[in-house]
Amino acid sequence: MEQQTSQVQVQPVDKKKIQKIWRVAGILGAITAVEFIIAFTIGAGTAKTFLFIALTIWKAFYIVSEFMHLGHEKRSLKMSILLPTLFIIFLIFIMMYQGSAIYDALNG
Amino acid sequence: MANTAIVVDESKQGAWAGGTAPMKASYGKLMMWFFLLSDAFTFSALLITYGLIRFSHPAYEGTIADFKFSQEYWPIPEKVFEAVPFLHGMELPLVFVGIMTFILILSSVTMVLAVEAGARMDRKGVEKWMLWTILGGLTFLGCQAWEWSHFIHGTDISKNLEGVFQGAGLTYNQYGPPNFAALFFFITGFHGFHVFSGVVINFIIFYQAMVGIFEKRGHYEMVEKVGLYWHFVDLVWVFVFTFFYLI
Repeated sequence: MEQQTSQVQVQPVDKKKIQKIWRVAGILGAITAVEFIIAFTIGAGTAKTFLFIALTIWKAFYIVSEFMHLGHEKRSLKMSILLPTLFIIFLIFIMMYQGSAIYDALNG
Repeated sequence: MANTAIVVDESKQGAWAGGTAPMKASYGKLMMWFFLLSDAFTFSALLITYGLIRFSHPAYEGTIADFKFSQEYWPIPEKVFEAVPFLHGMELPLVFVGIMTFILILSSVTMVLAVEAGARMDRKGVEKWMLWTILGGLTFLGCQAWEWSHFIHGTDISKNLEGVFQGAGLTYNQYGPPNFAALFFFITGFHGFHVFSGVVINFIIFYQAMVGIFEKRGHYEMVEKVGLYWHFVDLVWVFVFTFFYLI
């Protein structure tokens, strides 16, 4: 059985908390705007690609840490979510290597 | 051994011995986190596949101004995605996906505000912000429907040319190698389906908040769990935006 509560007390708004949420939203919007500018000002190349990836990870950090609140969870929870993503980094490297190998096999 | 007394040293029982929540998170929230981790693996596999297939095709070499669609090399995304609804015939590269990105980030913000209102037991606040979140999700889906339709029907350039396939299907497309369109459909489609299911789940939570189920329960943790899912959908879009549209 679910517990029944007869009286509900609405707590007052914490202005600082709301401000912080909008500040993070502003940062995310600003990074996206910067990505947009980079897309048309810097010529294609490794530098551009790495800049995009860095900005993306920066955005991802804010979403996961603040919006998903992982930054304020216990360390054990943080690690059990973050450490397994190391496998993804491993997969990126082996698959990019494999992609170039396929290219060489087809065009070499 | 039946007569042996078992001495339990209680001082040595830590947070993991049972009876407590060692990660200070409920079972449901933990399971949502682990589901999202598995979903992150799925999406990474798809995006890395995009990278692998792109790397195994020749890249376009030459200036962006001279770029033409060809089956011989991988297209430059900003040349493919340059149309905006109601602005027919204008070249506005990446503007529309940029708008879509902002819409999804904004709906993520309204979701945070809904969770925050739930933590304060503020039913009116939860209803208001959940409704904005649902609206943002539906707008994003509408944008994606337009983008798919435009991608499938093709650009004007190919209309007057002989022997050029127009638009995109699973076997051929006007933009580049067949795999380009196949990956576009698979990756944005899989993400779009996540957005769709997110909107449905958000609506269920909105309804449950409205009829007072969470108020009776005494907490709004369901809003938090669904919020995690919704932020994850936003997170995936951030990566799709970079790896599919920008690079």
